[in-house]
Amino acid sequence: MIELEGLTKRYGEKVAVNNLSFTVRPGIVTGFLGPNGAGKSTTMRMILGLDHPTAGDVRIDGKHYQQLKDPLTYIGALLEAKAWHGGRTAYNHLLCLAQSNGIPRSRVRDVLETVGLTAVAKKKTKGFSMGMGQRLGIAAALLGDPRILMFDEPVNGLDPEGIHWIRTLMKSLASQGRTVFVSSHLMSEMALTAEHLVVIGQGRLLADTSMADFIDRNSRSYVRVRSPQRERLLDVLHQAGIVAVESGDGVLEVDGGKAEHIGELAAQHRITLHELSPQQASLEEAFMQLTAESVEYHAHSGTSPASPEPPRQQWGDGWKRG
Amino acid sequence: MSSPQPQMPQAAPAWQAAPGSAPHPGGPGYTSPIPVVRTHLGNAIASEWTKIRSVRSTMWTLGVFVLLVVGIGLLTGIVVSSSSSDLSGENALSLGFFGLLLGSMCIITLGVLTTASEYGTGMIRTTMVACPSRGRVLAAKAIVFFLVAFVVTLVAASLVAFLHVAMLDGNGAKEPSGGEWLKSTVGISLYIALLGLLSLLIGSIIRHSAGAITIMIGTVLAPLVIALFMFSESLQGVRDALFEYSIPSQLSVFYANSLNTASQSGPSGWDPLWIILGATAVAFAGAFALQEKRDV
Ligand SMILES: Nc1ncnc2c1ncn2[C@@H]1O[C@H](COP(=O)(O)OP(=O)(O)O)[C@@H](O)[C@H]1O
Ligand SMILES: [Mg+2]
Repeated sequence: MIELEGLTKRYGEKVAVNNLSFTVRPGIVTGFLGPNGAGKSTTMRMILGLDHPTAGDVRIDGKHYQQLKDPLTYIGALLEAKAWHGGRTAYNHLLCLAQSNGIPRSRVRDVLETVGLTAVAKKKTKGFSMGMGQRLGIAAALLGDPRILMFDEPVNGLDPEGIHWIRTLMKSLASQGRTVFVSSHLMSEMALTAEHLVVIGQGRLLADTSMADFIDRNSRSYVRVRSPQRERLLDVLHQAGIVAVESGDGVLEVDGGKAEHIGELAAQHRITLHELSPQQASLEEAFMQLTAESVEYHAHSGTSPASPEPPRQQWGDGWKRG
Repeated sequence: MSSPQPQMPQAAPAWQAAPGSAPHPGGPGYTSPIPVVRTHLGNAIASEWTKIRSVRSTMWTLGVFVLLVVGIGLLTGIVVSSSSSDLSGENALSLGFFGLLLGSMCIITLGVLTTASEYGTGMIRTTMVACPSRGRVLAAKAIVFFLVAFVVTLVAASLVAFLHVAMLDGNGAKEPSGGEWLKSTVGISLYIALLGLLSLLIGSIIRHSAGAITIMIGTVLAPLVIALFMFSESLQGVRDALFEYSIPSQLSVFYANSLNTASQSGPSGWDPLWIILGATAVAFAGAFALQEKRDV
């Protein structure tokens, strides 16, 4: 279990992490989602005692990281950037880590086997591809067979087969009762692996919710309707008790999966339809909407509002706990 | 396809089926079958020993060091013994000075790389995650490096000392006393190893290999060079101090032929060892305090 309490990190003027409080529970995969620069890596570095928090506190099973005497058997972490000496072999890199925590040498072979790097164990790591680097980082995380695992953007640089492997690995680790905390900037990735979701933007907590809840709330299905006889269609729908919302450009949106019903009504009343298409708002869209105001670097500025502080969407607040 | 490909990974960890790792043994959470040990400085030392012996830069710097010390030692020995020059009362050990002066650059480089390269590569994050006690990491690095540097220097310096004494037997060299033997082998090795340790600490403070190496080489050479350019009479005192306390001149104190014989002031006997020991202690305190305070 990892507990964050008002965790804050300032680099000079820049507030990288702003008053974060949440708990990562054992037995499930908890996704840590946020756009680039949201503060995910900084939060993880503070959990590991690498960066000192400006304010607040973070504890691992009630202890500060510094108090752990054999940390690798307690918590294993894959860091964002490659964190090893390229001139050392994969085997020696893992060996020096094992020795520092009194982990039996045999574990080095075991984890190299687990991540599929046995064949290159005696090769210098500087020749490794990005995917192999991720595997080495994961091997280091698994070395102490820890009860807590933390992965910072683990699928970065992995090929599809590797991505599938890491998803399966994370789920199986969680099913053994371990705490698994994994960050990503991709909603789609989280939807496939995480059971619980923590969303941050510009260092602030935006959502702390179960994945099922998040999907329920955000995967809205609706029907898009366009017609040259819009007014008549609205009347007909109204009489049939169907609520339609105009969404600009003469497009009507009807919540729920009622495409057949709408088509039949239109036919009965001889209304011409130019479009009748069932739609599913993607989780990616929901995530983008949630973090819209907190994205650091917008790709375009045409639609950005002129007001300095746009009204913050409140609908994410409902999931926040505490 | 030059880069080796990883083999097909398994879908689940191999130890999943290991006895004792069944899901939720004894309540919530996961209990590892790996025995939990309370780690100590010895674990960190074992780790640092693996690190230092598993990178090329160690072999390179120490290899070049031995080559310089022994090579230059042999050369000076051959030149002096084949010329008809008469050492008239000097002992033969003093010829070892030149090789060790040049060789010290290699030990400085290795010292800096031991700490600074971890910051350059990002390894330091992995190191600190594995061992959150930052003081223990620094102490382990210091101990391992110091022992390696001391042993290698002692072997090289002793070899050269025996060679010189044997080669210059017929050149009127004085038989070195026990104290002179001790200073030119153990003494100089302690000094060089401490100089390397100082470099290691500067590397930890600067966190940048090239920067720290430049600073250390500057520290060795600058006082002598600056002293050479102080012509003015009014600066005589500063000039002498710079000269006498420069690292090359401190090194020469370990050989009877002190560069300082003219002035009769400055460090003598075992003084240089206490000076570098003091400097290293101060640097250790500084490096430790900074390491505790800074983010990794
Ligand atoms: N060491 C640092 N010094 C200054 N700013 C930093 C540092 N580390 C991170 N930041 C800033 O903090 C913010 C959060 O960064 P990061 O935690 O890497 O985000 P994420 O991992 O979510 O992409 C970014 O704006 C980044 O530029
Ligand atoms: Mg990041």
